[in-house]
Amino acid sequence: MADASLPTNALTDTEAAHPAVRRAFGMSATAALIGLAVLVAVGLLSASSGAAGLPVSGVFAALFDWFPLLGLESSLSATQENILFEIRLPRLVLGMLVGGSLGLAGASYQGVFRNPLADPYLLGVSAGAGFGAVLALGFGLDLGWGPFDTVPAAAFLGALVAVLASMAIARGGGASPATLLLGGVAMAALFSAAQTYAIQQLDETRAREVLSWLFGQLNTTGWKQVWLLLPYVAVCGAVLFVHRRHLDVLRVGDDEARSLGLNPARSRLTVIVAASLLTAAAVSVSGLIAFVGLVVPHIVRLLISHSYRVIVPLSALVGAAFLAFVDIGARTLLAPSELPVGILTAFVGAPFFALVLWRDRWSTP
Amino acid sequence: MNSALVSSAPPSVVGSPALSCRDVRVSFRGHEVVCGVNLELGHGEWLGIIGPNGAGKSTLLRSIVGLTDYHGMVSLGDGETPSATDVALVPQFPMLPKGMTVAEYVLLGRTAHLGWLARESRADRQIVSSVLQRLDLSEFADRLVTTLSGGEAQQVVVARALAQQSPVLLLDEPTSALDLGHQVSVLELVDDLRRTEGLSVLAAMHDLSAAARFADRLILIDHGRIVAQGNPTAVLQSDLLSAVYGTPLTVQSIDGELVVLPAPRRRVHSQKEIS
Repeated sequence: MADASLPTNALTDTEAAHPAVRRAFGMSATAALIGLAVLVAVGLLSASSGAAGLPVSGVFAALFDWFPLLGLESSLSATQENILFEIRLPRLVLGMLVGGSLGLAGASYQGVFRNPLADPYLLGVSAGAGFGAVLALGFGLDLGWGPFDTVPAAAFLGALVAVLASMAIARGGGASPATLLLGGVAMAALFSAAQTYAIQQLDETRAREVLSWLFGQLNTTGWKQVWLLLPYVAVCGAVLFVHRRHLDVLRVGDDEARSLGLNPARSRLTVIVAASLLTAAAVSVSGLIAFVGLVVPHIVRLLISHSYRVIVPLSALVGAAFLAFVDIGARTLLAPSELPVGILTAFVGAPFFALVLWRDRWSTP
Repeated sequence: MNSALVSSAPPSVVGSPALSCRDVRVSFRGHEVVCGVNLELGHGEWLGIIGPNGAGKSTLLRSIVGLTDYHGMVSLGDGETPSATDVALVPQFPMLPKGMTVAEYVLLGRTAHLGWLARESRADRQIVSSVLQRLDLSEFADRLVTTLSGGEAQQVVVARALAQQSPVLLLDEPTSALDLGHQVSVLELVDDLRRTEGLSVLAAMHDLSAAARFADRLILIDHGRIVAQGNPTAVLQSDLLSAVYGTPLTVQSIDGELVVLPAPRRRVHSQKEIS
């Protein structure tokens, strides 16, 4: 009934709309296309750079050849194709999934807490997930159930405990952005300490394994990690995507949001659970990769829009491109040995974070 | 533009009210602030709620939109409890988020109509676009809401309420932050919308003279109870108002419009000084 008696003569399509109206609405599609183009470009760059240098044209041809119906003769040798499909691509795809997950989760946390500094790392979510994962990895804790793997499940429990505790602390302190972050810092410290203690209890080889995982690495054995992460990305990504407009509505405060027809408590809980699960899944395959969830939504906000309609999907795209790009550095800077990608993201992210704090007009959601 | 932005108000139904409250009671921590209010809002009517600060005007409006728990019954003409598609609220102190454009802000009014995958549909955009055009705000569409003047911001909040396409509009002291000129123009705008779009308006109003000018009917509330209701001439009696507001007030008719003013001060001291 809503559309039945719309003015038919005045505005039949957006072409008739005032230029300012079109400007206000037109940006998101263009930005998404540009984001997608950047992602593809980074993908190609990543796939063709590394120890065994593969020619870009050959990579391009091999990738297109992979699609059915597109017969394209690739110039790569069988070994090169093997490197591409069994080493480079799984790692690239995993980097994109992890980066996209962290960007998406960061954008969602910032929206749901109405706090530009909320991100999985600062809220203690990553530390909680890390602690859960260390328990599962190091002590063979078995939480696997049906098709669900033990490590993501343990990471999720840790993540959820951390974020709920941060929120509980913040509510006690009047729910100001500062108290929420301080609560998160407290939780992060607590869980990091617990993590360190747990690792100390492990024997040396086990401990080294767990530690190198914790630094944040995109280690792949074939496509295993990708398949592990993919269901979480699909489900949580869909949930967060569908809730992106709720995040805009929450910006006018709970009362107004409710009068506009939203149930703020339900939206908030759904988004927190989905974002925490997504973070936990990402942490369980890649360890702690800092600052992606914080920096990426800020870049989108700075360059494109303050609306979560745009920030949420674009943070996933930009996060994917960002981590895939940084991972090129992680693989090649110290070749043949490798830098943990989590260290590189911190190198890029920390100065940016400082810059954001310095010019805080950028940072208001 | 003579089109109906609000589609669901059947203009022919005169018998049933657009909105009615039956014995609505609200209490906070055992203290009753709305004590059994009954009211009926007719289709296309402007019903003004007046009363001193703390009388329960805002609380009554908040209970109608479901922001406050209440006892009693709030229902639409068809007996349903109102939702965001039925009743739109223009809050007293709307929060204007930083970095949000006018078009995005008005789009929030479409929340209750969120579609598949929460994507804003073509229809949503068209409604935002026509609401902005209707209120002459099109050129503001890509301005940030935080950069608007008080009067412009209030119009944008009204635009958001219109985008809800709700046949009933609730205004909570909509002009308390505005200068005299903008007060009148916002109220004129609402009155105009009421006539052209067939809205019914329930407004808590501070300014008694404006209430007299715009409302068809007034309800005077004191300590959570209705103490008088009827057309403005009947309700705006100086004795009654003076008692309720706790200060001497006079009601005068200037060119056929009722004007409520504080009673003249006795200038004992100043007379002495002059002589």
